Amino acid sequence: MTEPLVIGFETSCDETGVGVVRGHTLLADALATSVAEHERFGGVVPEIASRAHLEAMVPTVHRALAEAGVAPSDVDAVAVTAGPGLTGALLVGLAAAKAYALALDKPLYGVNHLAAHVAVDELQHGRLAEPSLALLVSGGHSSLLLVPDLAREVTPLGRTIDDAAGEAFDKVARVLGMPFPGGPPIDRAAREGDPAAIDFPRGLTGPRDAPYDVSFSGLKTAVARWVEARRRAGEPVPVADVAASFQEAVADVLTAKAVRACRDHGVDHLVLGGGVAANSRLRALAEERCAAAGIVLRVPSPRLCTDNGAMVAALGSRLVAAGVAPSAPDLGADSSLPVETVSR
Amino acid sequence: MLVLALDTATPTLVAGVARRSAAGDAEVLAERAVPSGNRHAELLVPTVREVLAAAGLALADVDVVVAGLGPGPFTGLRVGVVTAAALADARGVPAVGVCSLDAVGSGARTVVTDARRREVYWAAYDAEGARVDGPGVVRPEEAGLTGPLVGDPRFAERLGAPVEPAEVTTAGLLHAAAGPLADPSSAGPLVPLYLRRPDAVPPTSFKPVTTA
Ligand SMILES: Nc1ncnc2c1ncn2[C@@H]1O[C@H](COP(=O)(O)OP(=O)(O)OP(=O)(O)O)[C@@H](O)[C@H]1O
Ligand SMILES: [Mg+2]
Repeated sequence: MTEPLVIGFETSCDETGVGVVRGHTLLADALATSVAEHERFGGVVPEIASRAHLEAMVPTVHRALAEAGVAPSDVDAVAVTAGPGLTGALLVGLAAAKAYALALDKPLYGVNHLAAHVAVDELQHGRLAEPSLALLVSGGHSSLLLVPDLAREVTPLGRTIDDAAGEAFDKVARVLGMPFPGGPPIDRAAREGDPAAIDFPRGLTGPRDAPYDVSFSGLKTAVARWVEARRRAGEPVPVADVAASFQEAVADVLTAKAVRACRDHGVDHLVLGGGVAANSRLRALAEERCAAAGIVLRVPSPRLCTDNGAMVAALGSRLVAAGVAPSAPDLGADSSLPVETVSR
Repeated sequence: MLVLALDTATPTLVAGVARRSAAGDAEVLAERAVPSGNRHAELLVPTVREVLAAAGLALADVDVVVAGLGPGPFTGLRVGVVTAAALADARGVPAVGVCSLDAVGSGARTVVTDARRREVYWAAYDAEGARVDGPGVVRPEEAGLTGPLVGDPRFAERLGAPVEPAEVTTAGLLHAAAGPLADPSSAGPLVPLYLRRPDAVPPTSFKPVTTA
């Protein structure tokens, strides 16, 4: 018996993603993005993103099905991001997914975008060891999650108390005059820089601080102050060094906390997810520290770290396999869906 | 020809199925108008199921989907438009879009609906029911719309004239779609009538994080 074919819809932010998977096998990952339309605004404009989702929806479904080499009638289940994210953007994907599920007469699974960022790794490295620890670092979230059962139980251990890691990358990039989103250009610039050049603060790493929470607002402000002081003094800003030192501070804090959480909870598998997991230094440092601590590290390829439809299909596939009940017909979107709600 | 009609341009979600004869006469077989407020995404698919069941039909029987393209509040409007596009795509049938205001009332009239932000969407029609002006969006006080006004009666006071209450109907959607329904395969993609640009202002200059 072949495993079920699942189509996944993702529209929580500015990427229109439609993915197709069979079991843990990735068959298609079609993506349309409105990122260029947001660039001059320095951040995602919700209404622009929502309009772009509507325009891209049906063509992106067609691309996904063609790439997978399947017909709509081959689909066994439909999965869709039901939150968290931008309400107007989420609703385009949700309404589309509900319509396809109705028309194809297949079950619908409304899934959590954050759990999907974790589930995507199964498409590359097979079933996740359970329990695993997940470090989820994206544009809107930074969380350490204990994952006893990806289909049913995800427990947050800590989260950012202010900015998300990706947000810090985006804001620092802006200070350095780099384009949006800021993660990739900082990553690139940092390759030429010295990560020890500037000793930027590591937030929430004191002995009395919450062990698994993170904070990047102070770091972002410290970088901005440092750069502005240089500018005021009429001195050139060593962009590569600033990027490398900032990136080092983020990677250092995240990996130290993740490894500590693994040790404290007796978990020997760590999986990274979310757009910031595409960061080359975070990946390298996590590799190094996990190896030293005897932890098995799993990281999806950068392409699958940022938002896409395949991750939603991957989680949907996991839910089908686990026998989780599909969503009710009146499924809606929840812009602040808590991370522990894997599906609804 | 069996037609499924949907509209989410106003707080009342409308879904209906109708049979359209070769001569163009429409018989509404089942219809629901649900005062769903901002719950269009939750309620549209269940409502479509309901009307199909009430008519004793399945989605597989539908030959064409008609969708109201607004104008209407964007988030809710998109729910109906993308649902119609996806249903039609999945079933391999055409989807036809119409101006939602065309589906409110009949004959000579000016239709007004809630555009939020203290404005109304409007369009004017001649005695044959053909749209002669609009759709537009305007502050009611500055509208200078000539009657008879039909649509959302809550704006009567600010328009300075009575508004005969009327909503989008399945019959209205079919009537408005009469042209394209004669040859639905020629219909283009469904593009909402937004009438307003997205609210977004590019940052004018780099703002320092610190002032010290
Ligand atoms: N190489 C990189 N290094 C650091 N950050 C990166 C890199 N590539 C992407 N990012 C960051 O990842 C973020 C986007 O990730 P993702 O698409 O997962 O976030 P999101 O969907 O906007 O947020 P969320 O998933 O929390 O809703 C952006 O902030 C971007 O700057
Ligand atoms: Mg994301």
